[in-house]
Amino acid sequence: MKDVSYWSIFLNSSLINNFVLAYFLGICPFFGVSSKIGTAWKMGAAASFVMLVASVCAFVINIILDIIGAPYLRIISYILVISSTVQLVEMLLKKLSPPTYQALGIFLPLITTNCAIFGLALFQTNKGYSFSQAFVYALGAGAGFALALVLMAGVREKLDLANVPQLVQGTAAALVVAGVLSMAFMGFAGLG
Amino acid sequence: MALKPVSPTDEFVKGLWRDNPVFIQVLGMCPALAVSNTAINALAMGAATTFVLVMAGLSVSLLRKFIPKEARIVSYICIIATFVTCVDYIIMALSIELHRALGAFIALIVVNCLILGRSEAFASKNKPGRAMLDGLGMGVGFTFALLFIGIIREVLGSGTLFGVSMFPDGFQTWTIMVLPSGGFLAMAGWLLIVNWLRQKEDNAARRAAEAES
Amino acid sequence: MTQAPVEQKKTTAWQMYRAIVGIGAFCAILIVGVYMATAPQIKINQERFLASAVSEVLPAAVLTQAVALDNDGQLVVVEENADLPAFLGYDAEGKLVGAVMTSEAMGYQDIVRVLYAYTFENQAITGMKVLETKETPGLGDKVEKEPHFLANFDALDARPAADGSGLANEIVTVKQGEKTEPWQLDGITGATITSVAIGHILNISAQVWVPVLEREARAIPAPQPPAPQEPTEEE
Repeated sequence: MKDVSYWSIFLNSSLINNFVLAYFLGICPFFGVSSKIGTAWKMGAAASFVMLVASVCAFVINIILDIIGAPYLRIISYILVISSTVQLVEMLLKKLSPPTYQALGIFLPLITTNCAIFGLALFQTNKGYSFSQAFVYALGAGAGFALALVLMAGVREKLDLANVPQLVQGTAAALVVAGVLSMAFMGFAGLG
Repeated sequence: MALKPVSPTDEFVKGLWRDNPVFIQVLGMCPALAVSNTAINALAMGAATTFVLVMAGLSVSLLRKFIPKEARIVSYICIIATFVTCVDYIIMALSIELHRALGAFIALIVVNCLILGRSEAFASKNKPGRAMLDGLGMGVGFTFALLFIGIIREVLGSGTLFGVSMFPDGFQTWTIMVLPSGGFLAMAGWLLIVNWLRQKEDNAARRAAEAES
Repeated sequence: MTQAPVEQKKTTAWQMYRAIVGIGAFCAILIVGVYMATAPQIKINQERFLASAVSEVLPAAVLTQAVALDNDGQLVVVEENADLPAFLGYDAEGKLVGAVMTSEAMGYQDIVRVLYAYTFENQAITGMKVLETKETPGLGDKVEKEPHFLANFDALDARPAADGSGLANEIVTVKQGEKTEPWQLDGITGATITSVAIGHILNISAQVWVPVLEREARAIPAPQPPAPQEPTEEE
């Protein structure tokens, strides 16, 4: 519907307007699961998968809502679909890869309340993307989310070995790192 | 497990400092960082979240005997989503400009871990009056936290407070503060202060306990 | 509240059913109720916002009517605003003075959306207002405030081409201080990408709209002015 190239959409959602570092979505897992690179990228992968499914579902739901003329049901239907998808992913992971399931711990069901997934569904609806555009948008968002997580984990692993004052340890240090990462990502603006 | 009875005032007050959602529990960070680029946005977001907290707390508490254990989370999500939808339309009716400024983050209140957390941890186990007080306290604490971050970001980043210019014209605004980066840094700053204060409290309490023994 | 431990009974199907239906009904009633209660006020707010933006870019317009381009590219009057609202503006006597269009495209950070006015008398864009932007505050948002940039829109030439296929000259942004032609936009040095984007946003829209407006807008009947109101105290 819009006159934007797929590459531009992908760049936008993964780098220029990175969901974590620019839109502040997905902060809880960002700080919670980013202490080790291994867990970080698994979380990123799980979230990306959920994002793709959620994107498709949101698109279909939106069409239905438009037909029956009930825009006010949007929030509640999106969130219910996202929760069900997460349950599904949880069950799949438990069957296919128990160690990953263990490693992700509480954060897997927390993907339901991961603002990033819900935010993705809302943003793509607001932007009025077509199906393929929305899919690319979700791909980019997932990739960007995973990238931010992995970058953060890399830095935090190093920080763990450094001499950080006790007051700053933990979340405060992570926040400062996030601030710097966010500044770095600002450099991507203008790429589109 | 014998608990000493908690007074209603304490239910309310605990959300303000001791169990402050943003600085102590570290919940609800997404909106805290995203919508705090001006003080008025922070206030509006805090108010909207408080509304949902109180109403959802009330509803969950009223319906707590009615909701089966297995369908807990889904029911809470439904109830919270309902009130978020309501507050979304109420804000649109109050002011289009405010709605545009807050954007999608009004809808994102529904995934604010804080509300689901309070519903599960408190409202589902307590009477409606208590649940409302708890919701109110958490909401006000949340609003304060957002305001602290928002005020710093607006004053340093735009040179204004609630739109009123604070500095003479020559002031070079720290634009970074109204950008996402600034959100992280402002939050980090406040967290540092809060941690330091808590450390002092803990040290004082420890010393008092040692003095007694 | 102390109680003797109660055995945990498994939830019966009836309890589950009753809960789901009950909660569903509760939520539905609440949502629909609030939606319907607020809908009229929301409509008023949206119309007021658009109306004030339109009168800002085209002050001469006292009456407006919403228009759009149909699938054949013809100008038609519409009841509801399109995604990118457009209006024809008339003065108090019902004479067509100009048209206001919305356009958007990628700026530096994200999509920038503008409202602009085309005046028939000088065949130029005479007003521009940024509706939505997420550009860097203090940098990209200079396009909304910088006086020499806003001066571009006193009379930005947007004559249609002789063959009616677009504009006679493409609207384009040039480096600050290098404007030589009336259809160029004098850019902003510290906000190059955003100011170039504004030029692009205006161009893509005007290329489509201006020829159609020149051809067909005059044929559309002016709207009836609202019924004369009771004399107010100021009269």
